[in-house]
Amino acid sequence: MKITKKDVEHVATLARLRFDEGEVELFTDQLNKIMEYFEKLKNVDTTGVVPSTHAVDLSNAFREDAVKKSLPSDESLKNAPDSEQTFFKVPKIIEV
Amino acid sequence: MEFETIIGLEVHAQMLTETKIFCGCSTEFGQKPNSLSCPVCLGMPGVLPVLNRKVVEHALKTAIATNCSINKYNRFARKNYFYPDLPKGYQISQFELPIAVDGFVDIEVKNKKILKRIGITRIHMEEDAGKLLHQLDGISSESSYVDYNRTGVPLMEIVSEPDMRSPEEAGEYLRILRSVLQYLDVCDGNMEQGSFRCDANVSLRPKGREELGTKVELKNMNSFRHVEKALEYEIQRQQDMLEEGETIVQETRLWDESGGVTFSMRSKEEAHDYRYFPDPDLVPIVIEDSWLQEIKGQLPELPKEKVERFIKQYGIPEYDAGILSSNRQIADYFEQCTGIYHKPKSISNWIMGDILRNLGDTREIDNFPVTPKHLAGMLELIDKGTISGKIAKTVFEEMFTSGKMPEEIIRKKGLVQMSDQNEIEKVIGEIIDRNAEAVEEYRQGKEKIFGFFVGLVMKATQGRANPKIVNEILRRKLAG
Ligand SMILES: [Zn+2]
Repeated sequence: MKITKKDVEHVATLARLRFDEGEVELFTDQLNKIMEYFEKLKNVDTTGVVPSTHAVDLSNAFREDAVKKSLPSDESLKNAPDSEQTFFKVPKIIEV
Repeated sequence: MEFETIIGLEVHAQMLTETKIFCGCSTEFGQKPNSLSCPVCLGMPGVLPVLNRKVVEHALKTAIATNCSINKYNRFARKNYFYPDLPKGYQISQFELPIAVDGFVDIEVKNKKILKRIGITRIHMEEDAGKLLHQLDGISSESSYVDYNRTGVPLMEIVSEPDMRSPEEAGEYLRILRSVLQYLDVCDGNMEQGSFRCDANVSLRPKGREELGTKVELKNMNSFRHVEKALEYEIQRQQDMLEEGETIVQETRLWDESGGVTFSMRSKEEAHDYRYFPDPDLVPIVIEDSWLQEIKGQLPELPKEKVERFIKQYGIPEYDAGILSSNRQIADYFEQCTGIYHKPKSISNWIMGDILRNLGDTREIDNFPVTPKHLAGMLELIDKGTISGKIAKTVFEEMFTSGKMPEEIIRKKGLVQMSDQNEIEKVIGEIIDRNAEAVEEYRQGKEKIFGFFVGLVMKATQGRANPKIVNEILRRKLAG
């Protein structure tokens, strides 16, 4: 699979990132290098190996349904670029 | 041209838990904005979500009750998109391996006489987003305001197959599904407060054609009535367009209750590209058989089982059993009555009639002024002949408005049934004297007018005369 400049621009849009022409070229190149590693991995015979999504073979890590103290709202809002009362304040979201 | 309507529904049900899905923050409603959040649900770097066991158990209960196959190996995925109500930039949901698939519920259609099976495509667990306000204290500005108290509240998404063919069927499916969730105690089912939300996919196709038409997604309906009205409107809109030769656009439309219309929600129409991938922070869920057995053992009696038991145990018709079992509280109410009064069918008649009529849409019988004690007391007064069935209607109305016990009502209002032979005979005598002409007609063989005389007696006694005695005396006197 080959990554095109179009792919990079599309993913950048989805991630709300803006790149100039030079950056798009740089990332296209870098991403293609990464994809080449996967091409290499494809050569490994994986017949009979169950696909996994985690490095550790672990399942069912649960917590019980017991309330823990939440952060006080002023703590939660500490890193907010902007706030009002105890709300996070964000640029207007146009909704119909 | 005749069209066929195709409807599929997506329900988001908020699960009844004390805490959020991946952290210990409380799920309590109506608290101070951003007072129920923590580094995990705020999506701070370096934190790890840990799954609430109860969420899985609620989903399993729902899956069993809706006849689903359970994915013994299932996992969470990240659904990536940017919106300020989502602090992490992704929602933790399930994608290619949801907890359950391929189920069904049976609904009753066409005057409740036919059973129809509605398929359930999948059930998955996910987290709710935060609440976005566009005004603060009623004032609009250049900003929006976010409250993350809802973020991470556990939801179950239940997706149906496009098996419904009319708004009524959609409404019936929602009622059945909600009642199952309420029976299971996994969701309170409150549509107005948003703990049971529904989106609908609707399309039309010419009758007889296999291929599906372009579907439109409807949102923003927060009651069963809204869902039915929105679907009715949308079906008509699509039909008008198709008949004019226009093309239906695949889009999301919002229901506007005050205007009674659906309108296009253009803002979010850029093609969705969520880039789902398995969430590396959460390990897979493996449903062991022993766990499943344990959950099965905890399941309460479900509506269908209750219907069968009611028919057997109380000897009431299937129709009655179905209505009484449609809501757990109503079923409990019925059984409380049967504990103190011995004729289940009479109880059922009153519940299905006067009680449901006065209960309204919410069907919340727990706070109903006429308690099982009231109803049983009134039914006993009818049996004893103290009041007639007709007077009972008045007594019921009075119990409903004042909450007073039936004995007190009939004493204070003088509603006691008139069963005194002499008294009734006197009234009838007067009526016969005053209606000589009608009496003559009756004696000539026009027996149909017997009811006319009964009516006059009831009118003269304000409905209090014992109908059995009235009939006896009238027949005797009219015979001459
Ligand atoms: Zn939290």
